[in-house]
Amino acid sequence: MNIFDFVAQYWPRLLAGTGMTVAQFFLATLLGVTVALVMGLMKLSPNRLVRATAVTYIEIFRGTSLLVQLYWIFFVLPLFGVSIDKFTAGYVAVGMNIGAYGAELVRGGILSVPKGQWEAALAINMSPAQRMRRVILPQALVNMLPPWGNLMIELLKGTALVSLISVADLMFETKQINGSTFLSAQAFGAALVTYYILARFMVTPFMRWLEAYMARKMGRA
Amino acid sequence: MLDMSGFPLELSGENTPMVSFRKVRKSYGTLTVLDDLDLDINAGEMVSIIGPSGSGKTTVLRMLMTLEQINSGVIYVDGKPLTHMPKGGQLVPANERHLHSRRSDIGMCFQHFNLFPHMTALENCMEGPVQVLGLSKAEARDRSEELLELVGMIAKKDQHPSRLSGGQQQRVAIARALAMRPKVMLFDEVTSALDPEVIGEVTNVIRGLVSEHNLTMLMVTHQMGFARDISDRICFFYGGKIEEQGHPSELFGNPQRERTQQFLSAVREAV
Repeated sequence: MNIFDFVAQYWPRLLAGTGMTVAQFFLATLLGVTVALVMGLMKLSPNRLVRATAVTYIEIFRGTSLLVQLYWIFFVLPLFGVSIDKFTAGYVAVGMNIGAYGAELVRGGILSVPKGQWEAALAINMSPAQRMRRVILPQALVNMLPPWGNLMIELLKGTALVSLISVADLMFETKQINGSTFLSAQAFGAALVTYYILARFMVTPFMRWLEAYMARKMGRA
Repeated sequence: MLDMSGFPLELSGENTPMVSFRKVRKSYGTLTVLDDLDLDINAGEMVSIIGPSGSGKTTVLRMLMTLEQINSGVIYVDGKPLTHMPKGGQLVPANERHLHSRRSDIGMCFQHFNLFPHMTALENCMEGPVQVLGLSKAEARDRSEELLELVGMIAKKDQHPSRLSGGQQQRVAIARALAMRPKVMLFDEVTSALDPEVIGEVTNVIRGLVSEHNLTMLMVTHQMGFARDISDRICFFYGGKIEEQGHPSELFGNPQRERTQQFLSAVREAV
């Protein structure tokens, strides 16, 4: 069976799996960006305890395997009385993992904004929160967009791991089809191409568009 | 605990200076940048600070803007302590809240303009009035456009800083600071980063402020001719102290101290 016949026959399941992958990707992104922002800001806090909390978080989630984190959240947390369904466990694990990497980008982006911008914001008597929100973060965001593009692609590929806790994503469906048909080359070939298309023709163009949009807002374009 | 008994909780009386440095000391580790500085600036006065680099000129402005903390002494603005606040009948170091309430009297322009790059010229000017003073957008716009008109930048109000020359950016920065209606304006080497041919457009704006407004101004500059023209008083700083001060005609025409003479002759040779 060639790949076209294979896709023609199994496309409904592949499509359903792709839909699940996209859903996991969006939710994990949302969570990841939020976590990155919070942890990145906490790492710059003048308070030692707050800083230590962020450092601990980042060390744990960056220093250990995503797969092990996923298993912890899905299999171990219930032993402590915290039960999470597999769909939620999937994007939470991926999002929290990516958030740890993103925190460093947020921190670096904020530090890359020239000191003069803080001073100018202070000179018009803005509060610390206003300085961050109105002056520093918008500029930091522009500086950190290119590395975020990389991280988003990592995140997309990372979602394949959720298949291991039986979330019916693209990878899960592919393995199921392979298990019943033994058409390994066609099944995993189709998955490979689908992940590539998602990364190359959805994530990358969106990040490019965002970079161009932000450049326009900065009056650079 | 430092003995603060020599510092009054408030300055009052008819001739209360707009800005008063009282025994202000600033050091970084073992390096003393300002050494028991006493300096009074009267309301409406234009004072220029000159001196060799490392003499503490810029530090004076930065402390007044609360960008840097002082080690001892007190700074008063409009009779009220800036760096300290009264508590239990004594002055104690100011907290963020006190600084926030007192900082509104002061505006500052920087050597490198420091306009917000993600905002247009008009948005740069409106930011403070809207976010900090709580003005409506319409009020802030009116005020900002008036000031951009004053500095000759109204035609470029919708441009981002990246589209403006250094001189134009500095004029917008002046409008941005004025939009907060400060009582004291600080100019920190505002022409030092500019190309020679555009220095005039910035100095002309400052000249206009001197003649038409009753602002108290403190300027650090290397433009000796300009300082001489517009200042009521010149302070020559050397080694963290005021070595000599006086009316521009006296200080430039007949400097008394040897270091002042050396500095002025070195500056003249460079021109």
